[in-house]
Amino acid sequence: MSLLELKNVSKIYGPLKALDNVNLQVENGEWLAIMGPSGSGKSTMMNIIGCMDKPSLGEVILDGVDIAKESGKKLTEIRRDKIGLIFQQFHLVNYLTAVENVMVSQYYHSMPDEKEALEALERVGLKDRAKHLPSQLSGGEQQRVCIARALINHPEIVLADEPTGNLDEANENIVIDLFRQLHREGTTLIVVTHDPEVAEVAQRTVVLEHGRLVKEIMNESFET
Amino acid sequence: MFFRMIKGALFRQKSKMIMIAVTIALGSSLATAMLNIMLDVGDKVNQELKAYGANITVVPKENSVLDSLYDLDDGSETAAAHLKEEDLGKIKTIFWGFNILDFTPFVNTAVTLSDGSTAKLTGTWFNHHLALNTGEELDAGIHSLRSWWEIKNGQWLDEQKESIPANGALIGSALAERLGVNTGDTIEVKTAKGSQSLQIAGIYDAGGDEDEQLFTLLPVAQELAVAKGLIDSIEVSALTTPDNELARKAATKGPAALSPADYETWYCTAYVSSICYQIQEAIPDSVASAVRQVAESEGTILDKTQLLMILITILSLFGSALGISNLVTASVMERSNEIGLLKAIGARDYRISGIVLTEIMITAVVGGVAGYFMGYGFAQIIGHTVFASSIEMKPMVIPLVAVLIVIVTLAGSIPAIRMLLRLRPAEVLHGR
Repeated sequence: MSLLELKNVSKIYGPLKALDNVNLQVENGEWLAIMGPSGSGKSTMMNIIGCMDKPSLGEVILDGVDIAKESGKKLTEIRRDKIGLIFQQFHLVNYLTAVENVMVSQYYHSMPDEKEALEALERVGLKDRAKHLPSQLSGGEQQRVCIARALINHPEIVLADEPTGNLDEANENIVIDLFRQLHREGTTLIVVTHDPEVAEVAQRTVVLEHGRLVKEIMNESFET
Repeated sequence: MFFRMIKGALFRQKSKMIMIAVTIALGSSLATAMLNIMLDVGDKVNQELKAYGANITVVPKENSVLDSLYDLDDGSETAAAHLKEEDLGKIKTIFWGFNILDFTPFVNTAVTLSDGSTAKLTGTWFNHHLALNTGEELDAGIHSLRSWWEIKNGQWLDEQKESIPANGALIGSALAERLGVNTGDTIEVKTAKGSQSLQIAGIYDAGGDEDEQLFTLLPVAQELAVAKGLIDSIEVSALTTPDNELARKAATKGPAALSPADYETWYCTAYVSSICYQIQEAIPDSVASAVRQVAESEGTILDKTQLLMILITILSLFGSALGISNLVTASVMERSNEIGLLKAIGARDYRISGIVLTEIMITAVVGGVAGYFMGYGFAQIIGHTVFASSIEMKPMVIPLVAVLIVIVTLAGSIPAIRMLLRLRPAEVLHGR
């Protein structure tokens, strides 16, 4: 059984169909890239997969549960327990240090553990920047804190929305290397991007246009 | 983690939190100042109103009954019954003795003047020094009880000044004009029991019936009335608490109608009725009664002043609530990304609301405490400006202000919390 399955999913805003009858399956441990131009429905799809929004029509089966039918309270639980989120704008809490930003995720999941949070930062190469505020970190460092925060609760899926959109090439490579490492460890990765270079390193790429899945590309040269 | 988040929010967003604390401090300071003034204004206004004369009169029980039956209040005739001069000091020994600001005895007698006409002569204390059995010493007399009298010519009599003649008298302006006498002149007064020449020490203008009278030292009038050691009545100026339901019940139905608990409360509160009751207990065969006009005016002025203070307090707190509401709502709007993120990573609404409310309440406590001390300062400034004395800070204001600040802060936070609950992470994190 697939870890995630979208069946005939549509998201309709008045006359606009942000997603139009999308069908998609994501297997456990797969690295999927979702590509498309601006306004193609990428963020809408990410919001629905990330339990931050519900489809107007269709089913979204995550780990055997149709999240389209769940209450807001249950969606919060699913988000907390099964999903790690990475954002283009990082969205770190500006008055908390790097390690505290990671611990916040633990706090709402179970129990904050500073040692474990420091290990997560070490994994992304930021242990020595643990006590710095976001304003004292570069964009690449902030994104790595964001990745550490997404991974700290061992989610079943890591959802990344344009994770390299605000990064220079050097930091982009660091982030992609981190994704490779996660993939090797068996983490399911869904990366929303409009950058072909980021999409090319994924195992599979689906292309969205006007809310419809128009293309699916298997990366033959995929390296783990 | 909760406290690390709170600490981070408070210390790393200082300017925002200081703004909220300042708003709360302003509301708290006004509430503190107004509540303290409101609670203290009773005593202050009372003291101001004392300038308008006595608020209690004491007469012999027998005369009181006759007065009630026959409305004998002109005092021109020597009274049938008397109080004892030696009992006067007992007024200061009652439970509320410290609230007795001043008092003076009166002996009234009708005298015949040199032109054959009659006038009322009243013997009294002007500035009499009294040494009580308790060791307390005080000065009492009519001088401060008739503060509105204008001495047009001459000076007040004063028992403590050796230059004042033993037969000195003050004469009302109307009577002086009628007799054609002036300060330093001597007039002859006669009663059925004797005669006496009085030396005019001063002419006063009272603006009423008293302008047709003569006032002299107590022993002089006692001798003319053949009432040595006796007095007809006493006027007392006392600091009183405005009447409430309990005081009105005691005044109309009598203290005996009160339950033991109510009686104790009434007796231990400085109501004019309880002070009258205690004076009656201290002075045998006397009846003490409130001068209703003065007591009621005091009550009305106090009620209006207190209402004004309450309205100012409510308005200041309402303004403070609006300020807090705006600031907290602006703060939540500014932090919408952060709140959206917390929701996205699994925080439930109540946990985020808890953090925001805790931050605000801590800020409110800091602002409230600072405001209390600012309010203390404001109260003193107002006290010195308006009443020329300090405002006593009442301990009961502290919990009152604390509760008000909590209510105002919570009420002011409601719009922000509602906005926070409506916030959807997808909308703020992706800017949709």
